[in-house]
This record gives sequence, C-alpha cells and structure tokens, in this order.
Amino acid sequence: MLPQLVRRIGLMVFTVWGAVSLTFVILRLAPGDQATVQLGPDATAAEVSALRGELGLDRPIFVQYLDYLGSASTGDFGESYRFHESAMTVILERFPATVVLALTATALALTIGLLLGIMAGRSPGRLADRVISGITLVMQAIPPFWSGIMLILLMALTLRLLPSAGSGDLEHLVLPSVTLAIPFTALVARITRSSVAEVTAEPYILTARSKGLSERAVLARHAVRNSVIPVVTIVSLHIGTLLGGAVIVEQVFAWEGVGSLLVGAVGNRDYAIVQGATVLFAIVVVTMNLLADVLNSRLDPRIRAGAQA
Amino acid sequence: MTTMGLVHTPVVPVRTGRATVRRIVGAIPVVIFGLYVVAGVFGPLFVDYSPVGGELDDRLLSPGSVTSDGSTAVFGTDALGRDLFGQVLYGARTSVLIGTLVVLFSGLVGIAVGTAAGYLRGKTDLVASRVIDVLLAFPGILLAIVIAGVFDRSLAIVVIALSVTNWIGFARLSRSMAMTLRERDWVKSATVMGVRRRRIIARHILPFIAGPTLALATVEFAGAILAEAALSFLGLGLPSASVSWGQTIASGKEYLASAWWISAIPGIALAVLVICVGFTGDRLTRHFGRKQ
Repeated sequence: MLPQLVRRIGLMVFTVWGAVSLTFVILRLAPGDQATVQLGPDATAAEVSALRGELGLDRPIFVQYLDYLGSASTGDFGESYRFHESAMTVILERFPATVVLALTATALALTIGLLLGIMAGRSPGRLADRVISGITLVMQAIPPFWSGIMLILLMALTLRLLPSAGSGDLEHLVLPSVTLAIPFTALVARITRSSVAEVTAEPYILTARSKGLSERAVLARHAVRNSVIPVVTIVSLHIGTLLGGAVIVEQVFAWEGVGSLLVGAVGNRDYAIVQGATVLFAIVVVTMNLLADVLNSRLDPRIRAGAQA
Repeated sequence: MTTMGLVHTPVVPVRTGRATVRRIVGAIPVVIFGLYVVAGVFGPLFVDYSPVGGELDDRLLSPGSVTSDGSTAVFGTDALGRDLFGQVLYGARTSVLIGTLVVLFSGLVGIAVGTAAGYLRGKTDLVASRVIDVLLAFPGILLAIVIAGVFDRSLAIVVIALSVTNWIGFARLSRSMAMTLRERDWVKSATVMGVRRRRIIARHILPFIAGPTLALATVEFAGAILAEAALSFLGLGLPSASVSWGQTIASGKEYLASAWWISAIPGIALAVLVICVGFTGDRLTRHFGRKQ
C-alpha cells in the first residue's frame, strides 16, 4: 500500500504542476497582459510600461514562469488589482461557501441517488426501474443554470417560499444545492442501478436468498455493500464535474463562493484571481480523487490485495 | 462458442403489434433530433429574425400573442420585442453548428492521440496519459470558462475552449480499443508480413474504432451543446450578435417574474435536444455493441 501511495502522491504533484503551468500558458497567450487590462484603453504607453515593470512583466517569459512557479508553490498568486489584496486571501475567504454548497449537494445526491438506484436496480425491467430511468435521464439532460432559474421561478417568485439569491443563511443554501444536486443525483442513481442489478445476479445473492434471508437483509448485507464500490469510483471521478457545476450555480444564485469569484475575475481579467482559483480547484479535484482511491481500497479487500502484490 | 457458431441460425423475432409500436416509439427521439438539425440548417431560411431588435410595442408579449405586424409570436417575445420562436430557431443553428464542430475537431484529435497511444504504447502512451491527467484536474467546464473568457470572443475560440476537454473521451476509447486490437491475429499477421505501421492503423485498426466512436460522438455532442449553452449563459459564448439559447436564458432571468417564457422555452428546447441525442446515442451503442 505504501509504495503505491507514494507513487500516487508523486503523480498528484505532477498533475498540479501541469495545471499550474497550463494556466500560466493560457493567460500568457491571451491578448493583452495584466498591465494593459488593468489600466484600460486610455492609458499612455509610458504608464503601461511603468506598470509592466512593477508587475515584472518586462522580464523574459521563462524568468516570469519560474518566478510564478516559485510563488505559486507557496500559495502566492500575486495581488488582485480589483480587491487590492492578496489573491489567495480573497479566494480562501470565499472557499468555505463553495465547500458548503458542494458538500450539501453531494450529500443530497448520494442519499437520493442511492435510494433511487437501489429501487430501480433490485427489479431491473420492472415499472419502478423504467420510471426511475426516465426521471434520471431528464435530470441529466437539463442544464443546471436553467433548472436553477426554473426553481427560482417556482419556489421564490411563485410560491415565495425561499430567497432567490444571496448567500449566508440556511434558506439561501436550499435552491443552489438542490440545483447542483440534480444532475449528480441522476448520475449516482444510474450507476447504483446498474451496479445493484449486476450484483443481484451474482450466485451469492441466490445463496443468501435460498438460505431464507429476508429480502431486506439480502439487500442491506449483501447486495448494497458490494454495489457501493463502483459508485464511489465514479462519483470521485465526477467531483470535477460537480465543482464545474458549482461555478455556474454560484453565478445563477449570486452565491458568494470561489466559482462566482472566478467568473467575475475572468470577466474583469483579474489574472491573479483566475490563476489562484483555477489552481485551487485543480488541487481539490486531484486530492479528492486520491482520497476516493484510498476509500475504495478500504471498501474492497481485493484492491488492497492487488496493491500489495 | 465456436462450435455453436457453426450451426448458428439467426433467430428472427416474430413481428407482433407490440414490437412494431416499440420500434416506432424507439425511433421518435432520432426523428426529433433530425428535426432539430433540419430546423437549425433550413429554419433560418424561412423565418426572419433580427437580433438587433424588434418593435418596442411588442415587448414581453406572452406566447401566442399577435404582434404589431399581424403575425403570431408562438413562443412570445423578449424584452426588446424580438420574437422568441426566431431566437429558439437561430439558437438551434448555433447549438447544432458548435456541437458538430466541437465533435469533429475533438474527435479527430482524440482518435489520433488515442490510437497512437494505444498502438505504440511506451513513451507516447505515457505522455498522452499525463496530459489527460492534467486536463482532468480542471473541474468540468472551468477550463472552457477561462479560455473563452480571456480571449476575444469568436467561433474559433468557443470551439477550441470546448474541445480542450472534449477530446479526452475519444482518446480514451480509441486508446483502449487500439490496445486490444493490436494483439489480434490479423494485426499480428499484417505486422509479420511487413505491412507498414501507418497502413496497419488505417486498414486494420481504425475501421474497428469507427463504430463505437460514432456512438460516443453523440454523447460528446450532447455534452458540447450543454457546455456551449453554459458558456453563453455566462456571457462567454459567441459574440453577442449571434443567437444562443444560453444567452436567451440569461437575458430572461431579469424578467422572470413578468415574462417566464423567455428563460423557460429555450431551456426546454435545449433539454429535449439533449435527451433525444442521448436516446440516439443509446441506440447506436446497442447497435455497435452487438456487432462486436
């Protein structure tokens, strides 16, 4: 397990380095550097070149890259020109809101998704299965920004039950997390369904049934336990998708998280924030994937054995 | 299995009334998908729509109202008096166009990289895998948002921004297929006979990758359409002179309380298209799955 883990962490560091570098490359390829963007079209050439010097943009590109890499590794992405503060400070201030949103959505998606998936998968082809498959198909097809707006229309404007935008209170959390959870719930339900359907066809389920266990016990003790493993794998692979969805959902509901901060920073070309937030997201995704691997080897003795061999 | 194959007679299912109904119902999504494509390609030839603005008297008319020039606005009008039906139709063109371009572009790149990685293995495979690892570290649409956001808005940038992660699916599929195919007897025989590598890939590997890739292309097409709508919703899509569902949905958000249809209808159009493309993809997957 340990050499495996060391290798994985090595890969993880490499991936993060790649993400940091790619962000640098994209922003350098973009038309107009931070100095021209910051000063606007009315600035004189002298002003621009002065700010360039101040920001270190007049140095050779390779020196800039190394400098950027060096400060990025300490979490320093420079100062945001709009917030007049260290970009990382601004980002970390907003980070808890994104985490709360993502975790609530994940909890919702896992609970409802597993439930729907088990209901559908225990009797493949039956009515429950078909209805749930239909519902999950629609849930995956509707874009979160649209379902968010429709939820605002229904819950906030028509029924006047919940606030339409903003963040802070628990009631502000309901609509964004439900919106974000919709496609994710469908994903969890679909994987659980096929996994449960596959496992219930296994001989040991037949054994469990024929030794007289109740259907509930067969499901709880034998079927579900074994069908969770692929669910964990796929869900962890889609944490990126969830966070990407969070970026958009935050924008719809004016939720003050890193996602809406990033979209605003892209619009204003506040490169320090763009770089910092992008890298932070990448680190979260890579870390979550690693954690999921570890969790999987806890759940599945076969993976543990495979890693040792 | 092989001995059974020798006496194999195809089982022809008896056509019952129910099976016919099923066939017809099964074909509906494919037909609807086709209608979207036709509407996107030819619709704008028949329906006039100006993105610059309509009659101010016609602002925020509900679906089915009669406009000042005597025509009926089936889907209503928006805050500038522009016909929503026209917007949905022109939006279909944008979606189908961008979806197709993204799938073509990323499909070509993905197949090339994936086949090379799976067939050559070694260093090529290692490099390709690491690049994919790095790209997958960016959550979903994030990389597209950054790329589309910092460059000047144009069709090319939107297609590139969406293709940056879209090709990965194609690469993974063709990589795993090329890996198994290179161990098959006909490839080995060709190698022993001294057939050149390029020819082996073209004649003995790519044809087998084509079918499943087509099935995957529909899934990626749906993904590209959703992503394009998300980008234009954020105001990072095509230049504002062109029409896009995401943009219309975003513009309707302000008028949600008084004119729900501006946001609602393009979203329904989008969801129906994605669902139909999904069904079409399922059919293709089943078809090519059986053949293998």
